[in-house]
Amino acid sequence: MSAQDTKAAIEELRRRYEQLKAAGDNMAPRALPPLTAPGAGLPKAADILHREIIPGGWYWTAHLKRGQGLTLINTDATPGVSLFCWNAADTSERYNSADTVKVQWTAEIRRGRVLFSDMGRIMFSLVEDSCGAHDTIVGGSTPQSNQRRYGDAALRSTRENLLLAAGKHGLGVRDLAPVITFFAPVSVGAEGKLGWRDGVVKPGDMVGLRAELDLIVALSNCPHPLAPGGSFAPRPVEVLIHTLPEAAADDACRTASAEAVRGFENNALYLRG
Amino acid sequence: MKQVYDFTIPANRPWSGLVRAGQVLRIIDMEGQQAVDTLFYAAADTSERYSAQDTIAAQGAPYVSTGTELVANTGRVMATVVADSCGRHDTSAGACSCEANTVRFGHHTRYMHACRENFILEVGRHGMTKRDVVPNINFFMNVPIEPDGKLAIVDGVSAPGDHVDIRAEMDILCVISNCPQVNNPCNGFNPTPVRVTIFQPEAA
Repeated sequence: MSAQDTKAAIEELRRRYEQLKAAGDNMAPRALPPLTAPGAGLPKAADILHREIIPGGWYWTAHLKRGQGLTLINTDATPGVSLFCWNAADTSERYNSADTVKVQWTAEIRRGRVLFSDMGRIMFSLVEDSCGAHDTIVGGSTPQSNQRRYGDAALRSTRENLLLAAGKHGLGVRDLAPVITFFAPVSVGAEGKLGWRDGVVKPGDMVGLRAELDLIVALSNCPHPLAPGGSFAPRPVEVLIHTLPEAAADDACRTASAEAVRGFENNALYLRG
Repeated sequence: MKQVYDFTIPANRPWSGLVRAGQVLRIIDMEGQQAVDTLFYAAADTSERYSAQDTIAAQGAPYVSTGTELVANTGRVMATVVADSCGRHDTSAGACSCEANTVRFGHHTRYMHACRENFILEVGRHGMTKRDVVPNINFFMNVPIEPDGKLAIVDGVSAPGDHVDIRAEMDILCVISNCPQVNNPCNGFNPTPVRVTIFQPEAA
């Protein structure tokens, strides 16, 4: 290719990219639904299939069927509940933090957004969310972060919790990767310094997720490594598995962005079998 | 420092190599604006591998530059960035894949070569599979995270000849995909070769 042809090819690719980015920037914020009002968004009692309290510091894991709801209720405003998930039919497909933020052009995953797997498919839709402050970048606690924060590496951590949860399904350390942490208002300063926005997480905050594939899900109820406070004091969270109405064609999560639409097209292709 | 290895990774291609504790791996962006997707595994036990979130949590900042300790999923430091003529590298946006490309750029981009194809082929040479491919470092790729969370992959900031030096703190297997992406500016829409050299410190 001549230098001139190379330059023309570069310019053509650049033009196409600018169009895609503009579509992402302009469409997504307009289409996102507002945060769930306090006290709203909870399943009706008759729709609840399972109810569980995860004690502070502990983990929980379950199978979810496609279409089922998973609702987390942060009764006491504990600072962070981490989630990881796998495709139940093929656990090599799993939550991919990088694709989730890159594909949606944002690290701010909140109501109306979706969680992507490494296979270009959507694992969860965030259908309810009263908090709107969740961390996709820093992850969960580890023995090292507990040592730094609390001076005790033996405290319960998300790293060990998720390894235990994975282990209960015959999975191991090779099956784990970066996580998403709900109720974790991490801020990124202009210079890239990470911080924590105090007072954002309120008692009773909730997130409601809809499984978009048959999933194995693991939750760890340990404080986020950037959470303030000098003592390790995780508080319990309530988790509900419940039925949900079938997603409508104009469902907010399915139509929030061109990327979400294409992701669900990939789900449909996969689910056709 | 004595140079003990020198290889030019062609545009679009993978590479892997063993870097012994104390050795320094230099990655040179020969023509500029070339993303170099990079993973590290402990040579002694590859279940110990680079963890973007451990690295970010440990330094309290989301970008990789001089002084950044690259932390494993065990919390141990695998390597340290000891020199960087470029200034800022991403570790949040991961590697491109055929599947993610369909979502990001349209279904017509499925049959374009991608980093995770390179990674699967290259880790396969060491007995690993897709399970072992985790979110990586993108050397010479700039993905600013704005205070409102917005992020974009902007033009590469590296100039021809820019380099990073990474000192191994344990014996590490380094796996690279010389990124083939042409649907965004990470490679200036024109993938080019990169050079890897390994230096051995002189005996004291």
